[in-house]
Amino acid sequence: MVLDMILALPLLGGATVASCRHRAAGWAAVATNGAMLALGVWLAVHVVRSGPLTGADGVLRADALSAFMVVVVGAITVLASWLGVRTMALEVADGRCTPRRATAYGVLVQVFVAAMLLAVLAANVGVLWVAVEATTIVTVFLVGHRQTRGALEASWKYLVICSVGIALAFFGTVLVYLCALHAGGHSSSALDWTSLVSRARHLDPPVLRLGFALIVLGYGTKVGLVPLHSWLPDAHSQAPAPVSALMSGVLLTVAFYAILRFKAVTDAALGPGFSRTLLVVVALSSLAVAASLLLTQRDYKRMLAYHSIEHMGLIALGAAAGIPLAIAAVLLHILGHGLAKSVLFLTSGEIMAAEGTSRIDGVHALLARRPTLGGVFGVGLVALLGLPPFSLFSSELLMARAEFQVGLGWAAVCALAVMVVIFVAVTGHARHMLLGAPSTTDASASPPAWVAAPLVVGLVACGLIGVLAWPLSGLLQAAARVVTP
Amino acid sequence: MTSTYATALTLAAGAVLICAVVVLWVRSVRSVLAVVATQGVALGCVAMTLGLHVGDAGLVATAGVELAVKGIAIPMLIGRAAGDAPDRERRPLVNVPASLVASAALIVVAFAAARGVATFVGATGGGLVPVGVATLLVGFLVLVSRRRPVFQVVGLLLVDNGVALVAFLCTAGVPFLIELGVSLDALLGVVVLMVLAQRLRSEFGDLDLDELRELHD
Repeated sequence: MVLDMILALPLLGGATVASCRHRAAGWAAVATNGAMLALGVWLAVHVVRSGPLTGADGVLRADALSAFMVVVVGAITVLASWLGVRTMALEVADGRCTPRRATAYGVLVQVFVAAMLLAVLAANVGVLWVAVEATTIVTVFLVGHRQTRGALEASWKYLVICSVGIALAFFGTVLVYLCALHAGGHSSSALDWTSLVSRARHLDPPVLRLGFALIVLGYGTKVGLVPLHSWLPDAHSQAPAPVSALMSGVLLTVAFYAILRFKAVTDAALGPGFSRTLLVVVALSSLAVAASLLLTQRDYKRMLAYHSIEHMGLIALGAAAGIPLAIAAVLLHILGHGLAKSVLFLTSGEIMAAEGTSRIDGVHALLARRPTLGGVFGVGLVALLGLPPFSLFSSELLMARAEFQVGLGWAAVCALAVMVVIFVAVTGHARHMLLGAPSTTDASASPPAWVAAPLVVGLVACGLIGVLAWPLSGLLQAAARVVTP
Repeated sequence: MTSTYATALTLAAGAVLICAVVVLWVRSVRSVLAVVATQGVALGCVAMTLGLHVGDAGLVATAGVELAVKGIAIPMLIGRAAGDAPDRERRPLVNVPASLVASAALIVVAFAAARGVATFVGATGGGLVPVGVATLLVGFLVLVSRRRPVFQVVGLLLVDNGVALVAFLCTAGVPFLIELGVSLDALLGVVVLMVLAQRLRSEFGDLDLDELRELHD
């Protein structure tokens, strides 16, 4: 019942936006998303105390991992839909967008969120696949919202590349299903997580190996991992800021959630060696690609997008280590990255609206001219680069420790070297944007308090989680146990 | 009885692959849509044959959905969206003879790569799994070598149909509810792509996709 309600709330928000064209409808959507987040927190507490819940005739199931992902999705959705009200109001006010398109935008965002929630709450790998594919179809319109040439190109690339990826993921799912049927599964339940995990030891190794490789490649496309990552910088830079925040902050990690689940099945059947090799390879190549393209970046939204590829690489590397400590760190990183990255994308949307350009060399002396925006952007980058006190620092440290424990120390060292390069590149870009003396002709203004507040709250949350992991540690450990032997 | 079943299954699966290769060969949108529709029907026939053979009502229903969506709805939607512009693939990145040779190579690769799965599945269906993989690979070839939006959509459909064929042959289809979701997603995906193609046309005029150069590093 709770699970159905969690799914229904964002849709209710969408229906409100669709039926009532007033600006207040946007706030109604924020309120339903807030209620969804509250239910998610309740669910997390409940699941840790008294075990998994099911809903909708067994189509939905929430264990600690699902509950954690619901909380992540909920937190970032609240941030993004709050700023979404602002973005649409600005766009309608200066005529870049008709009220009708603003309504369509509001509805699509809510459907997008519901699809992500369905993905993390699905009890069944087939439903998970359908939900992830649905997120692609919905977000295409959101990426193309501005209807400029760049936005159209980005949405075409996004849909074509992700459709290929998701087709490969379906192929992998079919092969896993084939193994499960041969291991004595019944056709109606063989695709359930619980039945896959319980039968894992009897799954045919060669076919499962092929299936898992296809799943990493396929869902990896949506995560933004090499080799099918090229859609990501285009889509994230062209989408309206709240959509970039949702895509980068949670959609990528929702796809990674699928890989984590399948990894648990594969590891139980084949031992950890196979998935470890595969994930280390994609992780290190993603890190290398991200670093090389960040060095020469000229656009700050694309800079943030490549930064997402870097963080997905780190998460994949952490998952490769595979021990409970590593998985708990990966999940903490998913939350920390989601918060910091979505705040940064939302801030970059404000910067772009104020400055009229997304080029790094078009923005300067931001700290002096727009202290609020410049401050949030700077602190957000500090968080994202993995400096203390933010939670990304603790999660990166924990992941590295786990990697050393399982003999992946060399990979952790490689990752650290790449991160140093990225640190230098990003601080160079940031210095250009933030510091310097303003010339007298430059405009300066600060966003209203109701716009700045959620951004600050997001960063404070990211910092608090880093300092006191206390409210989360039980949940993280329980969630890590779900996908480790 | 068994041999009739095996013949029908082999014929239908073979037709799916032949349609994929023919896509490489034709250049006008109207013909390519006819080929895609034929492939959809052939795919439906594979599911129907399997369903009748094992006497599974769910699978027969899946076959019906597959026929309606892939054989009728999707080709019709693409046709309607592309209807007013006589679209031809004028200058594919890889010309027709070369892509036919490449497709032959891909089919060999598919048979080599899918041998493991084929022997694992066994029986008539298992022997045909490489045909599905070959369709998928030919779909990739269409995707990377054709420059018109409609042909890229067709390439995606070939990939999709190849995976669907493997799914039917390996496991007699995924459960009906999921198949329904999968078909619906495919249908929506095509609709969205066609809407995008129309917007691209109104924004850029008559263009080849590799002329899209707005976004790069």
